[in-house]
Amino acid sequence: MSTIVEFDRVGLRYGTGAEILRDLDFRLQRGAFYFLTGPSGAGKTSLLKLLYLAQRPTRGRIRLFDQELADQPRDVLPGFRRRIGVVYQDFRLISHLSAFDNVALPLHISGASEEETEGPVREMLAWVGLSDRSSARPPTLSGGEQQRVAIARAVIARPELLVADEPTGNVDSEMAKRIMFLLGALNRLGTTIIVATHDLSLIAATPGAHLMRIDKGTLVDPTGALRHPPISEALP
Amino acid sequence: MIGALVAATPAERRLLGGGRFKGPTPYVIAIMTFVMVVIATAGLALANAAGLAATGTEQRYSVQIVGGADRQPQAEVALRSMEGISAVRPVDPKAMRAMLERWLGPDGASDDLPLPALIDVDLAAGALPDNIRQQVERSIPGAQFVAHREALAPLTAALRSLGLLAVCLVALIALATAAAVILATRGELVAHRGTIEVMHGVGATDEQVARLFQRRLALDSLAGGTAGAVLAGLVLLLVAGAIQGWAEGFGGAVVLGPTDIAILALLPILVAVLATFVARYAVLRSLGERL
Repeated sequence: MSTIVEFDRVGLRYGTGAEILRDLDFRLQRGAFYFLTGPSGAGKTSLLKLLYLAQRPTRGRIRLFDQELADQPRDVLPGFRRRIGVVYQDFRLISHLSAFDNVALPLHISGASEEETEGPVREMLAWVGLSDRSSARPPTLSGGEQQRVAIARAVIARPELLVADEPTGNVDSEMAKRIMFLLGALNRLGTTIIVATHDLSLIAATPGAHLMRIDKGTLVDPTGALRHPPISEALP
Repeated sequence: MIGALVAATPAERRLLGGGRFKGPTPYVIAIMTFVMVVIATAGLALANAAGLAATGTEQRYSVQIVGGADRQPQAEVALRSMEGISAVRPVDPKAMRAMLERWLGPDGASDDLPLPALIDVDLAAGALPDNIRQQVERSIPGAQFVAHREALAPLTAALRSLGLLAVCLVALIALATAAAVILATRGELVAHRGTIEVMHGVGATDEQVARLFQRRLALDSLAGGTAGAVLAGLVLLLVAGAIQGWAEGFGGAVVLGPTDIAILALLPILVAVLATFVARYAVLRSLGERL
């Protein structure tokens, strides 16, 4: 397997505050499924922000898609972001757009016409079970429906890397299983997936996934032995 | 080029949501344009009036014989015989006394008050004023040869200064409009911060984001600018009679010509273009401060 993401002694601080991520040193393999777990405030969301390029590291080196990010000027970052799908913890759907338009957004941004987006978006909404809610606006959707719209938006452009921050945090257990099934299906199609969660049952239900644990801004296994073990070995 | 700056797909048009003309921008632009058109009209009218005054008096002179009212007929004959003078118009002493009476009261109309002989003359095209002056001074002893434009010079200079002031005021209002557009754009950026973050998250370029805002500001400005200009036109039409009457004092020419009207009609379009570029600059600059 080739490496899709490489962090080398990465640190992050906001402003002049203390470092909230320290010496992150890991690789993500292309096509693999990762869970990122840890207590609240451990730095999961900040690490994901580095992955989906919402933040630049304050030190260290990040390689993404075989390219050094530190060397990239700002105007090429959109090209990287188009290869990454993001499911935000708070969904971040655009409230005045329909579910259809929210899902179609990445395709429109990439330059697809209305006609070109029609088929793929309908297909994606069917995939997440929302065909009959395509014209509904986010405020009228349930939490689970919004979560599925967010997932559909994240995967519509067939990203190489999918980053999901607590994608099941706002839904019931049945919906959580369904969402994880969708992510698993996407992973089988070749997308590298990293999911931040503290739900161990979710992790246990995804055999073959790898586990990364973070605490107080550092990955808790500096030797690397536990950093990416198959879930079956990491859990009792 | 402007078309490309405001072009948008249906999907892009939906991205910012909300109805058009809901914010204060169109109304602020309408007021700015109204003031701009009124001031620009005044400036053009003043510039034209100064031009008319200068042109109308360019070849016009007065021959004045102090205390020589009784010599006016002979002077008139002498002037008519001179080459280079195309028209001779003696000023009626009664008219002069009537004017003096307005200023001095009944004593101004008294026959005891000595009056000069005053004769207006127009020089023929190509006539040299200095030559005519020499002929007048030789033929009519004691006569003064005075150019009307010299008498009107302070007035035309004042009119031209006011015209320049109007240009400066229009420029200042344009600057104020640009500042208003920057504030409006910043407000829009704050209001749509979530949408911008999502757009960036899915790979939108700054150019794509800027296009949405510059388009909205351009359309708002065009609508507001047009409304302001139309309103200003209506108001100016109401006072056009007075302006026309004032212009007639300078030879009956119209105050504003077709070119002036075209310049005024272009103002709302120029305001929209200005707003488009300012909004684009403000958005790109703001986005450039983000990752």
